[in-house]
Formats: sequence, C-alpha cells, structure tokens
Amino acid sequence: MVPAATTPMGTKMLDDFLIRAGLAGIGVAFAAAPLGCFVVWRRMAYFGDATSHAALLGVALALAFELPIFAGVLLVALSMALIVTALNGRSLGTDTLLGVLAHGALAIGLVAVSLLPNQRVDLSAYLFGEILAVTKTDLAIIWSGAVLSIALLVWRWQALLSSTLNPDLATASGVNPRREQLILTLALAVTVAVAIKVVGALLIAAMLIIPAAAARPFARTPEVMAMTACIIGMIAALGGLAASFTLDTPTGPSIVSVAAVLFMLSSGVAPLLKR
Amino acid sequence: MSLIATRNLTLRIGGQTVLRDVDIAVERGEIVTIVGPNGSGKSSLLRALIGALKPASGTITRAADLRIGYVPQKLQIDATLPLTVHGFLNLPRRQPRETIAQALLQAGVTDLAKKQMTDLSGGQFQRVLLARALLNKPHILILDEATQGLDQPGSAAFYRQIEEVRRDMGCAVLMVSHDLHVVMAASDRVLCLNGHVCCEGTPEIVADAPEYRALFGTGTQGALALYRHEHSHSHDHAHDHSHMHDHDHDHAQGHTHGAGCNHAHGDQDA
Repeated sequence: MVPAATTPMGTKMLDDFLIRAGLAGIGVAFAAAPLGCFVVWRRMAYFGDATSHAALLGVALALAFELPIFAGVLLVALSMALIVTALNGRSLGTDTLLGVLAHGALAIGLVAVSLLPNQRVDLSAYLFGEILAVTKTDLAIIWSGAVLSIALLVWRWQALLSSTLNPDLATASGVNPRREQLILTLALAVTVAVAIKVVGALLIAAMLIIPAAAARPFARTPEVMAMTACIIGMIAALGGLAASFTLDTPTGPSIVSVAAVLFMLSSGVAPLLKR
Repeated sequence: MSLIATRNLTLRIGGQTVLRDVDIAVERGEIVTIVGPNGSGKSSLLRALIGALKPASGTITRAADLRIGYVPQKLQIDATLPLTVHGFLNLPRRQPRETIAQALLQAGVTDLAKKQMTDLSGGQFQRVLLARALLNKPHILILDEATQGLDQPGSAAFYRQIEEVRRDMGCAVLMVSHDLHVVMAASDRVLCLNGHVCCEGTPEIVADAPEYRALFGTGTQGALALYRHEHSHSHDHAHDHSHMHDHDHDHAQGHTHGAGCNHAHGDQDA
C-alpha cells in the first residue's frame, strides 16, 4: 500500500474519472477553439469535416496494425488534410470536392472498421466519443496535443492572419501562404487526433466551428475572438459533461448540444452589442 | 539600374498562357500605368512581380533589397473576422504606433485606427490598404486597380493621393487602371497589355497608337469609349489596320508596338 504522503495530490485527483473527463474536455476545447477561428475565417468548415471524418479510417488502421489509436488517427488525419490542401484549387468546385472527401472518408472508415477480423469494436465510442473512459495516458496525450496545437498557432499568429486575409498581400510582405496553410493543416490533424476520444469523429468539426462562431459577436480583434472561443468551448465541454452524467446521454453529442445552445444565446445578444 | 524588370516573361495559369514574352522595366520614381481589357493579364503581371505567381518562363529582376508596397485589387474581409485598422496594419509584422499613424497620414486618413475594417467606406478602405503598402517605406508601389468600386470623385482623389505619395516619398508607382483619363493625366509611361505588350510609351504616344485605340476607341462598346475624348489628341484619321490581324507577330519591328492584339474592333475614325 502506498502511503498518502508519497502520492502527489494531482495524481490522486486524477483518479476520479469525472475530473479526468473534465480536464480532457477542457484540453480539447482549448485545442479546437483558436484553430476553429481560422477554420471559420478561412471558410474551411468542410475541410475540418473531411479531416475529422477521416479519423475513423485512422481508428481502423490503428486497430488493424495494433498501433495506438492516437497515432493511427494522427497519420490518417494528416494525410487527409494534406490531400485536401493539394487538391484545393483544382477544377472541381472545392465545396464539392471536400463533400466527396468528407463523406467518402467516413463511409470507408465505417466499412474498414467492420471488416476488421476478430474485433468487437464499440463503434459509437469512436463516432461520438467516450470522454468518461479517458485514462491518465489519454489525458497526457490530449494536453500535449492541445499545447502543441496552440503553440503552433501562437508562433505563427501574425503570419497566419496575414495569409488568411489575402494570400497575395501576405506574399508581398514576405509571408509564404502555403507554409502557413501547412501549419494550420498540421494543427488541425493534431487536434482531430486528440479530440476523437472526447467528442468522436462525427462531432470534432462542431467543436472547431461552434465556439468560434459563438465568440464572434463579442470580439473586435482576432485575439479576443480566439480567447472567447476557448472560454465558450470550455463551458460547453464542462456543461455537456455534466448533462451527460446526470441525464445518461452520450457525452460527445451532449457537449456539442451545449455549444449549440451557447451559439444561439450569443446570436440572440449579438444585435444588442452593435452600436 | 531598373527597380524591377522582366525579360521574356511568360505566365500561365491553369495551363493557359495569360501573358507572353513581356519585357517591362520600372525606373526609380516614375509612374507607370498598365491598361488593357479584362483578362489581358494585368493582374497576373503584378502578381508575378510581387512573387505570388511563378513565371512559366523568362525572368524577373529586382534591385537589391527592393521594398515593394502592394495594394491588391480587392480585399474581401470575411464578416466572421473581427479586425481593427490598427490590427490590420500590424500584419504580418507589428509596427510602432508612430509608424502606423504616419502611414495613415500619408495615405490621407486619420482617426481610423480603432475602427473595424468592415465598417470602413470604400474610399477609407482603399486608403488603409495604401497606408499598409507605405509602412515599409517602399521603393515601388504596386497597385492593382486600386480604385475599383470608388466613384469618379473618389478615384480622382485617390490618384491625387498617389501622386502626393510619390512626391513625398520618391517611390516609383506601377499601377493597373481602368480610369483612362486619369492614366493619361498622371502617368509618365503607359503600357497597353493584351496577352502581351501591345504598345508602350508616354501617354501621348500610346493614345495615338492604333493598338491602343483599337482596344479603347469607338470600336469597343461601352463607357470606355467616352474617355477617348477627354484627352486632347486629334483622332481624325482613319487607320489601316491590316497588321492587326497578323497574329503570328514578332516584336522585331521598329516601332513601339507589337501587332496582333486579340480583339475585335470597328472603325477608328472620330
């Protein structure tokens, strides 16, 4: 038996699955919200969809080759994001192309998981998340991913904003818009990989877009919008978790539902904030 | 040495050649205007000059440490992006407050720094774009139809501002414009573009060049023809345009234009 004195309080606290779930939710909210602002500003909603839906294919891959889920999802999400980036601007309407990729990736992922031999996969855990089953290792991965994603955005913030505004203008100022796009792509893949356990493949894009959209009326600068989105995402994560626990509803959808309600409230007060 | 020059520059977009064999050069302090119909490759040329479009062939030579101030054709700021003028002018590099104030002043606006970009009027917006281009004290200002969406007095005022900037800062100006009367008044040199350099020279020379008049004279319908009477050259002679249909041209001819602008045109007598 371990004497209480040698167990750091934090570790002991993490023994509570609800606390772990809460911290996981906050981590995902922090990773997704600032990135989601760029997704909204750049009108990349479908891009987020395609990348997160591809995550399921990553799950199948990880299970088939006995890799960590996180690694499989990261790999596939990154490949998908790179493919979308490369195909962007080709002849087929980008909207259409991303629609094909988003739904194609989801369908192929579902088929791939069902084809796995000798696996009894709980599909709904990957589709809708399983935040209450988050382990300490999961938590470490989620927070590492969140910190990495946020660090990337903070590091490139001004350049990212420039190339979001206008690629030519950015080029003229010595910023390479392609490079910035790659940074976003990388951050997106990392975020998808850490978020799948919490909200599931179907709803990751919602955690990107809804907090950002809900934050818009309260912001006069991009920085404030990103931080407000973080707070809204956090409230949604904790509120959804609480709702899920008390009502025995699936957590991912519960979190996104709370986020959607916050968006509606924010849209409601938006006209009052205008001078 | 020229600030910026192209040699045999050919540009392709999506497999289509938009510009062929362009030789241009901009010298210190001069105002050069590019005119040409829609799709004539004007914007592509500017994009190549700022490095946003890679040449399919040919070269672009920039003076050492050349600083370019670029004003894009249009800048659509998504309604979801909150951005103040101050924030905009700090992209991609943060600037001292005085630098920003001075650039806004040079662009002819004040008291805008705290406003949202999306709340600006068309004229204010263009001036903020101009201010941004002036932040790095450019050797050359490159403007792509900067007055699009401004009314006549608005664009006239904007061009006066450009001349003022040139006078104060001594920078060269290379701009694309549709406002032909302004072009004729304000430019040192005019370049007429239509997939290649149709003709170039002082405004007087270009205005009299048959290629230019074929593009902008009475033969082309629409408002452009109106401008034709706003400059003082006589247009009372009918041109023989047989050479205009020679599409397999070469540029070794001894005059200022290359033949073969791809366009339909009508009678040229005034």
